[in-house]
Amino acid sequence: MDIKLRVEEIQKAFVLHLQGGMVLPVLSGVNLIVHAGECVALSGPSGIGKSTLLRILYANYKPDRGNVWVEHRGEWVNLLQAKPYRILEIRRSTIGYVSQFLRVIPRVPAIEIVMEPLRNLGYPPQECRLQAEAMLRRLNIPERLWTISPTLFSGGEQQRINISRSFICPFSILLLDEPTAALDDQNRKIVIELIQEAKTRGAAVVGVFHDREVKEAVSTRTFDIPKEKIS
Amino acid sequence: MKRSMQILNNVEGPNKSRLFEYNFAYLDEGTKRMIRRVILKAIATPGHQVPFGSREMPLPLGWGTGGIQITASLIGPEDVLKVIDQGSDDTTNAISIKKFFKKVTGVRITERTSMATLIQTRHRIPETPLREGQIIIYQVPIPEPLRFLEPRETETRKMHALADYGLMYIKLYEDISIHGRIATAFMYPVLVHYRYIASPSPIPRFDNPKMDHMPALQLFGAGREKRIYAIPPYTSVKSLDFEDYPFEVETWDQKCALCGSKESYLDEVIIDDQGGRLFICSDTDYCQQRRWAGQKEGLPNQISVTTRAGEKGDQVL
Amino acid sequence: MNQNTDGRRPLLKAMGLTKYFGDRVGCRNITFDLWPGEVLGIVGESGSGKTTLLNLLSGQLVETKGTVKYSLAGKDLVDLNQLPAPQKRYLMRTEWGLVRQNPKEGLRMQVSAGANVGERLMALGIRHYGTIRSEVVKWFERVEIDVARIDDLPETFSGGMLQRLQIARNLVTQPRLVLMDEPTGGLDVSIQASLLDLLRRLVSELNLSLIIVTHDLAVARLLAHRLLVMRQGEVVESGLTDQVLDDPHHPYTQLLVSSVLHS
Repeated sequence: MDIKLRVEEIQKAFVLHLQGGMVLPVLSGVNLIVHAGECVALSGPSGIGKSTLLRILYANYKPDRGNVWVEHRGEWVNLLQAKPYRILEIRRSTIGYVSQFLRVIPRVPAIEIVMEPLRNLGYPPQECRLQAEAMLRRLNIPERLWTISPTLFSGGEQQRINISRSFICPFSILLLDEPTAALDDQNRKIVIELIQEAKTRGAAVVGVFHDREVKEAVSTRTFDIPKEKIS
Repeated sequence: MKRSMQILNNVEGPNKSRLFEYNFAYLDEGTKRMIRRVILKAIATPGHQVPFGSREMPLPLGWGTGGIQITASLIGPEDVLKVIDQGSDDTTNAISIKKFFKKVTGVRITERTSMATLIQTRHRIPETPLREGQIIIYQVPIPEPLRFLEPRETETRKMHALADYGLMYIKLYEDISIHGRIATAFMYPVLVHYRYIASPSPIPRFDNPKMDHMPALQLFGAGREKRIYAIPPYTSVKSLDFEDYPFEVETWDQKCALCGSKESYLDEVIIDDQGGRLFICSDTDYCQQRRWAGQKEGLPNQISVTTRAGEKGDQVL
Repeated sequence: MNQNTDGRRPLLKAMGLTKYFGDRVGCRNITFDLWPGEVLGIVGESGSGKTTLLNLLSGQLVETKGTVKYSLAGKDLVDLNQLPAPQKRYLMRTEWGLVRQNPKEGLRMQVSAGANVGERLMALGIRHYGTIRSEVVKWFERVEIDVARIDDLPETFSGGMLQRLQIARNLVTQPRLVLMDEPTGGLDVSIQASLLDLLRRLVSELNLSLIIVTHDLAVARLLAHRLLVMRQGEVVESGLTDQVLDDPHHPYTQLLVSSVLHS
C-alpha cells in the first residue's frame, strides 16, 4: 500500500513571551506513517497536542524540530522545508483541512466559498458551481442559503460549509479536527459517508474525533500522542 | 569696431556722437557669439530647448526680447529685415522693433516676405511660402509646451529627456472628451523630428502645416524664459493628434474682403458701431501682393486702403 | 526523496536591503524572494521601516546597501540599479504599479478620472482615442466605478472611489507586480471591506503579485499569502500568513497578534 504521509520526530513547545517566556512543551518526538485508505484517529487526553499536530501537518503551526513528508504530484516534499508557494500549492491540491472553526471571509456567498478550492485548481466556473451545488445539497444546506455569506449561519451550518470545502476536491491527505462537533445525527452520518468515500478512493485521513460513533465508524487505527517526555 | 564705424556714417540720428556707444546690432560681439553657439546647438537638437544667457534689451520682458536677441546675433549689413506682428507689418510693436534695428544696424527693411532674408514674427507665419536661405525668427512667450499641464520645471525636463509625453496626450484626450474634438486653437503642440515636443509659439493652428519640411531655418527665442530652440530646414514637424481624431486647420466661409483670398488666415474686423464686420487677410504683405496682382489684371479694389509703399515694397521709416 | 526545486524563477529578489538616514536606521538587511502570483504582506507598526522598504523597492529612495533584482519581462533577473533611467521609468509604468496610501498623491487631480486611467496607455504610444476610451471603460467596470463618472474630476470622488481609481490607473497596463502602501488606510470600515474584496478578486483573476505594506493584521490575513514582520528596521519573523499569525514565534509578533481587537 502507498504511504501518503510520513511524520518524523516532531517536537513542539510554545514559548509565551508575553508571559515572561514561559515554555509549554506539547509534542516531543512524534513519528507517524499513514497509508492510502487509512484513517488514523489521534487520541489522548485533552491538551496533549492532537489539534497542534494536525495544524503542524498543514504547516499552520511550525514545530521546533522534525519533518513532515507528503507525496505531492509524484514527488516527496518536506512540508516544513518547502518554499511558501509550494506549501500553498500543496494545500490547494494535496492536503485538505477541516478545522474546528470556519474562518469566514465576510460578504462572500456560501456557494462561492465551496466552489473556491475547485476554482483554484483551474476548473471552469460552471463545473465548479455544479459540484458545489451537489455538495451543498448532500449536506442539507438549503438552496436559499447558497447566496448568503456564512457569517450569518448557525454553527452547524458553518461547519457543513467547512466540510463541503474540504471534501469537494479529491485531496490525497485529509486532516479533520472534530469535523462533526456541531452536527446533528443526520449530518453526522453524511460526514461519515464522505470520509468513507475518501478512504475508498485512496486518501490518507488523520483526524481528531471526540464523537465515539464517528470514530468507530471511520478510523482504521488509533494513534496515541506520546506524553511529553520530561527530560 | 571697423564695421560699426562704417554704419554710423549712413545712419541718421539727432546726435551722432551718442550713437558711437552702440555696437552693430546693439549686442556686443561676445554675446552674439554666445547666442550663435546656442543656435548651433539648438539646430543640432531640433525642438529641444537650449538655455541661454538672455541679455537686457531696451524693451520690457514679454515684448519680444528673445526674438530680438536672435535677430541681433544673426543680422549683418547685407541682410534685409521684415518684422511682423499678428501678420501685420504696421502694428506698433512691429514698427518699434524695425525702428530699433534701423537705428543700430542701418539694414534695409522690407514688407515683402519674398525679399527678406530675416523675418522676425510674433503670432503668425507669412502666407507666402519661405525659401531656402531665409531665416524666420519666432517670438515665444512660454517655450515649454507642457508648462500649463506640469508647472514643475524639474518634471518637464525629465519628460523631454525621457521622451515621456503621456501628459501632453492627456490634454488632447480631455479636449476630445469635453468638446468632441481637439480644441486648441493656437500654440498647438508639435513633434519635431520625431523626438521633441515643442511649442510652435502662439501661432494659430492654421499655420502649423507650414512648419513641416519648411525650406527656411526656423528659430525660436524666449527672452524672459531664457530659451532658444530651432527647427532646421526640411525637418519633420507633426502636429499632435489621435489616429481617429486627426489634426485639422481652421476654415472660413468668407473670403478676404480686400483681395478675395480663400486660402489665407482671416482676421475679423469690426468696422462700425452697428457691429458691421469684415474679414480680411491677417498677413498684410500677402494681401497687398494679391491686390497689386489683381490691379495689374484690371480687377477693381473692393475698398480703398492707403499704403505707404516705397519702391519695390520697401518701407520708409 | 527530492526537495522542492523546479524551474520556477522568483519575480523579485531583495538581498540585504539597507537604508540609513544619517545614523538612523531606516531598514536593515532585508532579504526576501517574491514569486509570481504571490501576495507578500509587510506588517509592523510606525517606525518599523516598512514604508522605507516600500520606498526602496519603488525606486523613490536609493538604498545604502543591498540590491533588488527583478525578472524583467519574465526573463533573467536584472539588478534594478543597473537599469538606465528611461528603462526604469518604463518599468514602473508597465510591469509595476504603485498604489499610494493617499490616492490624491497617486492621481492627477486636475484631469478627469478617465484621463487618469488612460494616461499610461497614452504614455506607451497608443494613439487611438476610441481604443483608449474603451480600455478605460473596461477598467472602470473591473474596479466597480460607475462608468458615467469617466469625465468627472477626481476631486468629486469619495476616498474609496479615489483608491479604486488609483488601482485602475495602475492596472491598465497589466503589471506583474503592484506595490501597495496601506491601501485601505483612512477609509471607512465598510469601504475597506469592499476594497479588500476587490483586491482579492483582482489578484486571483489577473495572477498579480502584490507587496502590501500594512499595520492592519486583518488586512494582511485576508490578502497576503506570506508575511514579513518588521520591527525597528529589521525583519523579526517571516512565513506563511496563517502560520505567523496563528503560531507566532518572535516576542514582537506575539505582542502584535495579541494586541488585535477581535469583533
